[in-house]
Amino acid sequence: MTAVADGPVTAFEDNDLKPVGFGRMLRKEDPRLIRGRGRFVDDVQLNGMLHLAILRAPMAHARIVSIDTSAASAHPKVKLVVTGAMLAEQGMAWMPTLSNDVQAVLATDKVRFQGQEVAFVVAEDRYSARDALELIDVEYEMLAPVIDARTALDPSAPVIRDDLEGKTDNHCFDWQTGDAAATEAVFASADVVVSQDIVYPRVHPAPMETCGAVADYDAVEGKLTLWSTSQAPHAHRTLYAIVAGLPEHKIRVISPDIGGGFGNKVPIYPGYVHAIVGSLLTGKPVKWMEDRSENLTSTGFARDYIMRGEIAATKDGKILAIRTHVLADHGAFNGTATPVKFPAGFFGVFTGSYDIKAAFAKMTAVYTNKAPGGVAYACSFRITEAVYLVERIVDCLAQELAMDPVELRIKNFIRPEQFPYTSKTGWTYDSGNYERTLREALRIAGYDELRKEQVERRARGELMGIGVACFTEAVGAGPRKDMDILGLGMADGCELRIHPTGKAVVRLSVQSQGQGHETTFAQIVAEEIGIPPADIEVVHGDTDQTPFGLGTYGSRSTPVSGAAAALVARKVRDKARLIASGMLEVSVADLEWVKGSFHVKGDPTKSVTIADIAFRAYGAGDLPEGLEGGLEAQICYNPENLTYPNGAYICVVDVDPGTAQVTVRRFIAVDDCGTRINPMIIEGQVHGGLTDGVGMALMEIIAFDEMGNCLGGSLMDYLIPTALEVPDWETGFTVTPSPHHPIGAKGIGESATVGSPPAIVNAVIDALKPYGVRHADMPLTPSRVWDAMQGHPTPPI
Amino acid sequence: MQVPAPFEYERATSVDHAIGLLDRLGETARLVAGGHSLLPMMKLRLANFDYLIDINDLHGELGYISVEPTQIRIGAMTRHRELLESQVLADTFPIFGDAERVIADPVVRNRGTLGGSLCQADPSEDLSAVCTTLGASCLIRGTGGERVVTMEDFHRGPYETAVGDAEMLIEVRFPVRPHGSSAYEKVERRAGDWAVVSAGAAVWLDAGVISDARVGLAAVGPNTTGLPAISEALRGHAPSEELYARAGAIAAQTCRPATDSRGSEEYKRHLADELTRRALRRSVARIVADDPGA
Ligand SMILES: Cc1cc2nc3c(=O)[nH]c(=O)nc-3n(C[C@H](O)[C@H](O)[C@H](O)COP(=O)(O)OP(=O)(O)OC[C@H]3O[C@@H](n4cnc5c(N)ncnc54)[C@H](O)[C@@H]3O)c2cc1C
Repeated sequence: MTAVADGPVTAFEDNDLKPVGFGRMLRKEDPRLIRGRGRFVDDVQLNGMLHLAILRAPMAHARIVSIDTSAASAHPKVKLVVTGAMLAEQGMAWMPTLSNDVQAVLATDKVRFQGQEVAFVVAEDRYSARDALELIDVEYEMLAPVIDARTALDPSAPVIRDDLEGKTDNHCFDWQTGDAAATEAVFASADVVVSQDIVYPRVHPAPMETCGAVADYDAVEGKLTLWSTSQAPHAHRTLYAIVAGLPEHKIRVISPDIGGGFGNKVPIYPGYVHAIVGSLLTGKPVKWMEDRSENLTSTGFARDYIMRGEIAATKDGKILAIRTHVLADHGAFNGTATPVKFPAGFFGVFTGSYDIKAAFAKMTAVYTNKAPGGVAYACSFRITEAVYLVERIVDCLAQELAMDPVELRIKNFIRPEQFPYTSKTGWTYDSGNYERTLREALRIAGYDELRKEQVERRARGELMGIGVACFTEAVGAGPRKDMDILGLGMADGCELRIHPTGKAVVRLSVQSQGQGHETTFAQIVAEEIGIPPADIEVVHGDTDQTPFGLGTYGSRSTPVSGAAAALVARKVRDKARLIASGMLEVSVADLEWVKGSFHVKGDPTKSVTIADIAFRAYGAGDLPEGLEGGLEAQICYNPENLTYPNGAYICVVDVDPGTAQVTVRRFIAVDDCGTRINPMIIEGQVHGGLTDGVGMALMEIIAFDEMGNCLGGSLMDYLIPTALEVPDWETGFTVTPSPHHPIGAKGIGESATVGSPPAIVNAVIDALKPYGVRHADMPLTPSRVWDAMQGHPTPPI
Repeated sequence: MQVPAPFEYERATSVDHAIGLLDRLGETARLVAGGHSLLPMMKLRLANFDYLIDINDLHGELGYISVEPTQIRIGAMTRHRELLESQVLADTFPIFGDAERVIADPVVRNRGTLGGSLCQADPSEDLSAVCTTLGASCLIRGTGGERVVTMEDFHRGPYETAVGDAEMLIEVRFPVRPHGSSAYEKVERRAGDWAVVSAGAAVWLDAGVISDARVGLAAVGPNTTGLPAISEALRGHAPSEELYARAGAIAAQTCRPATDSRGSEEYKRHLADELTRRALRRSVARIVADDPGA
């Protein structure tokens, strides 16, 4: 197993050559992106292209009485106006969601959330399309909205989903995990029990690039090409084939450069379907790009869990059991993107990094008159909520026991020799050394000094807080025996071809939204076959050019496709070995591999490089008996298990006692994602996720008024952090490779988003200790922190 | 991309040209200065106008900070950034620098103007609070000539000013008195956000006693508010923590905040108190630092 020593980043001049494999190198895609030469969906310009705009519901719940589109249709630049009724005639008014629910493509009967799609216009330009929306006259009959998830199941609550046969309430699903009776028994006899209501409010990933598509239906070829902002182009293609009835080989989905996804671009949105319908009906390419408000109000939100956490322990701080009850708000349609057997995602890892006796979780999910979604914003399929719950409740316990939160955690960690460790909710953690990781964070932070400083500051009336959070994630979905999305198994393909001159192309099923796949995957292949990353072209995001797979989300690219890339490279290397044995006229057993070439054991002068071998593979002369020409391979990798990245985060905050403003002074993040392929990219992922965490902990919330009007519909209302709100991140690492992953790598894409909110909240609560505060919900805006200081912390919803 | 409704556009070549266009086109026309308040509203289609009259070419005519013995005059087209970078303002009215550092972001400050800020009349507008605090007055010109109105008369309610349809704000005048200083305090949820509450203070000392003091608050009522009761309470007293506390209490009582996503009414009243104290304290500390004899 390779443990990578961290070196300095390579200079620009030699970036293309070094490292031949793992190590720091600048990203191959950046020259394009930094120079403004990226190609995003909105950059696609086609001859005769038309523009689409969507009319959206202005209220949260209403019956559609009538729609008059005549004035819009009469607009001189308008080519097409489509309503739900027109789609219904084609049987296309509804489409499946990724959670086996249905969602309206255009509303026919009712609108069920503010921002829902009601009609669309296709016009010669973007301005006219938008102008024409104002000419559509919709008559609505207002209905009472269901906004507070807590009252959604009241018998008097209006039924939102009356489109579903026999539906008489707003119940979405129930789910549970763990052993209720065993957990109850432990709780009943425990010395100490702490319980706490904890809300993880609705937030939105707000990627820099909003969602959009360009659909181009070629009636002559019968082929549809769709450029779209998709994190999962193959899965989308299959679903379009099933829903629209177009043959799958006549659909090409291209995800070009994507300006951030975070899960926001996993679902199929009605707008993509509108663009397809628009192109089919007009015979012209049609572009739809949503604006910022549309993105914030109608596309995949995240979280929205109202939780009660309970923890049982001995009085000397041995955690015995954790129990939780969750009320999940799924909005108007269950549009959660999650493996089907996991309606609550991987929330089952709420037992965290601790070795405990019993655990139980029970969840009720409800429909409300809000936008659908649920799994987005780098949450690793709800692990964000799970980690927040456990790391908050453990801190509540530490406060109750008057124990240092670090000491309490160390006392309860799963120990290195316990791996593989099967948790009380049935998850098999692959590897980790939690204490070592936490101790590294303590070292970087100077934890003991910080506690001393805190004592001094408190004596002066200053409010300084130190927050600790340790997390374990379960990423890389997933083993196909357990995991599929709408019947599509979560295994991923990879193809590698070495060209005759020794350059290579590797084709992935996953899709980068900024994570740096073009670099990381080139490095994975480079490590295995010993040619420089610069010589390896990484192709992704085009269903006509890449093997099938389920795409990038849930930190799955490196755990799943990264494994596929390493294994396909080994397959190629195995073939290269056979060819080399022929070229060097020795048996395979007499060959030795040194990165990039085979040589005869004991005689390094007799050697052939991968380029030599490739030229022979395609060239003249005989190959060893039974060997086909060419040097390429393909593979479909089915992960054996998930990988379990983990980390220890420490946050230091200062709270202004007069204004209750929180300043994040320091943040130390020590991550263990197993083998580190490109440490610079890892740090970039961590920096981004930590910044997200500051946003969620301190300012972000998608709130609604009592009528269901979204209060976070612009970036003036939905705040995301800037460089001024974040400290200089201090990152560190430990390396505990995954034993079942071919290169020992675990995912890193979401660790920091998962781990940072509890560290920050724990720090703020620690700062407020003189006020006797035990918990306050996010977002910890000055006003909400002040409420907590006054002794009445309020839930945000 | 959010796109506005169709409109016609013309660039004014002089103040008189701009006023002539306003006069001719009536209330369907709007001036555009920095555009940082107007254009977002148009893109969200919260406001639609048939005509935009761009006055950015008048920066030569209306972009100035001119110092006279008893007043400083600032042209309506002076940009946030110019206010921030002005040494004479930093020396005379440090409140400008305090406020400008926390208004929006550099991109907005490069374009946004003093005139646009005041004419937008947003209740959270920071420069309006600064002008209120400094007892500024506004020079308005129309087809019928010029008039000067005080800040109290300039703002008529949220998003409403004394500037008529065929009128334009030309300049803002600030009286200058010796032995004084000023400061601005703002609480925002994030850099570049509008104020949860902000407070400006200006204080003048005479032989260790407050000869005059003014406090202006933003985001706690329909308009940025001047608080004459505080001026009365402070005049004739030596500065002290108790005095600031009394001023803070008046601010908390007299302001009229509303609960919204920036904060609760209760918290905003608390901030009005806290920030008033801080702004007064800092103003006095500045006078003493500059002018130990005052
Ligand atoms: C992201 C962002 C954050 C911001 N944050 C803050 C903040 O924290 N604090 C703050 O105070 N402000 C903030 N602003 C507002 C910013 O300061 C604006 O620039 C300012 O309010 C308006 O100035 P402007 O020159 O851009 O006006 P414009 O948008 O051009 O005009 C605003 C209005 O004034 C009228 N007008 C302009 N000039 C004149 C004139 N000479 N005579 C008559 N009418 C005129 C226009 O017709 C229009 O109705 C923010 C703006 C943005 C975009």
